Amino acid sequence: MLKKITNIGDCGITCDFGDEVNKSTNKEVIKLFNFIQQSVNTRKLKGILNYTPSYNKLIINFELGQIKSQEIIEFIKSSDYSKINLPENKKIVEIPICYDEEFALDIKRLETKTKLNFKEIVSKHLETNFFVYMIGFVPGQPFLGDLNKSLYHDRLDTPRIKINKGCVGIVEKFCTIYTFESPGGWNIIGRTPFELFNINKKDTSILSPGDTVKFKSISKKEFGSFKNEQLL
Amino acid sequence: MNNYFKVLRPGINSTFQDLGRFGLQHLGIVASGCMDQLTFCISNKLVGNKISEGALEFAYQGPLIELMGETVLVAISGKVNFNIIKKNGEIIKGKPNESFLISNGEKIDILSTINSVYGYFSIFGGFKIEEVKGSVSTLVKAKIGPNNGDKLKVGDKFFFNKPHQVDKTNKIQFDFDKDNIIRVMKGLQIHYFSKKSQEDFFSKEYKVTKLTDRMGMRLEGQKIENTVNKNIKSEGITKGSIQVPGDGKPIILLSDHPTIGGYPKIANVITADYDKLVQKTPGTIIKFKLVDLPVAEKAFREYVRKF
Repeated sequence: MLKKITNIGDCGITCDFGDEVNKSTNKEVIKLFNFIQQSVNTRKLKGILNYTPSYNKLIINFELGQIKSQEIIEFIKSSDYSKINLPENKKIVEIPICYDEEFALDIKRLETKTKLNFKEIVSKHLETNFFVYMIGFVPGQPFLGDLNKSLYHDRLDTPRIKINKGCVGIVEKFCTIYTFESPGGWNIIGRTPFELFNINKKDTSILSPGDTVKFKSISKKEFGSFKNEQLL
Repeated sequence: MNNYFKVLRPGINSTFQDLGRFGLQHLGIVASGCMDQLTFCISNKLVGNKISEGALEFAYQGPLIELMGETVLVAISGKVNFNIIKKNGEIIKGKPNESFLISNGEKIDILSTINSVYGYFSIFGGFKIEEVKGSVSTLVKAKIGPNNGDKLKVGDKFFFNKPHQVDKTNKIQFDFDKDNIIRVMKGLQIHYFSKKSQEDFFSKEYKVTKLTDRMGMRLEGQKIENTVNKNIKSEGITKGSIQVPGDGKPIILLSDHPTIGGYPKIANVITADYDKLVQKTPGTIIKFKLVDLPVAEKAFREYVRKF
């Protein structure tokens, strides 16, 4: 349920769906996101620059010369978007992952914390149908959930300076895939050769908020010979 | 004949920009775009382009470029110290905010911005640069935009669209806002900070540090005390948001900000004061003034009259 709408500066608003981070809250966020996106595409709503869903909020940015926050707030409040039948994002994407020890940098740490062995950790990761909560921080980076409870773990105390593109990490109930080389504090359990983001492709980001992700284990040899075109 | 400029020295951070790449923040792609919109638009106006045409943005020290091609009308906007180097080696002091003609073999040496950070270089007819998802803005950290999403490098050539006729030169009188007061509205998590810290933030002085770039501006000053939680559930970010991480030192998120973030935000810079803010050099003392939405909207109406 949409709890409140607040201004952020003079050219943004935030639609707040409450403090809980779970799939049902996030699905509400995505519903409003889809509605806004559709309203922008069909020109029912003008002057919108960006709409950014996260776990429990949707931020909308607009051009102050074109529209005022009050008009957008009224537009949202007057539409019964939760009942509108929008095409749902139901894409299921299979992502190859190699758990070879060269890539599973934090597996020892996880084994100690979870009291599970390597094989058990991998099988719990593989059996999960991950929900795409949001995409962002950097282009195309997905935030997936929920992990099997037994794999919950904190962030590294000292983040790594460099994490390679394609590394798969877990923290708390979430899993992420680094789409660019960057610093980061997540527990790295494997790496994918699959290119999730390519600005030059029509579908810039393979994943969208609301999609489902399933990982598929591949060998180091398959990792080395992987061609992205195979999947697209 | 191909018309292009050859880069003999790239400058510190010279990138092509326009007004931004919109509608993709839900995929993690920030709008980017020129830092100082008014100065950017003026460079285009000076050469008779539409104000949204792509231009070259430079910071502190700009590039040294040589024209290979036919005479063309160009302009440099901002507070900029630059020279035009004639074919015979003669050096002429350039005048910013005034368009001028440049001929084959002549060089433009953009030496520095003066008490400011960003300046812009425009060509009548526009640059021949590739649009990526509807924009020629460059986001260097994700390699998105023209010139392979990168800053200018030595040896780069940038081509331009040769117009049929050479337009008249033009001059625009404008100056940056001189004061150091940045107006802000209350941030989404202002209640995360102690009453005293909120008062400090809106009354004490803050210094712009060297840790400032197109992504963000780190400030030094009275530490802001968080009494609720040093992290929030990651949420979408808006340009001009002022976040306060655990160390209590505010960071203003600028045009190339990450699309989501997990630090509480104390305030947001109003649109009308964003250009003024980004031109503040490291070491500058700024003060924040709290305003409400009607004041911000009125300030915006005054701001757009300058365009």
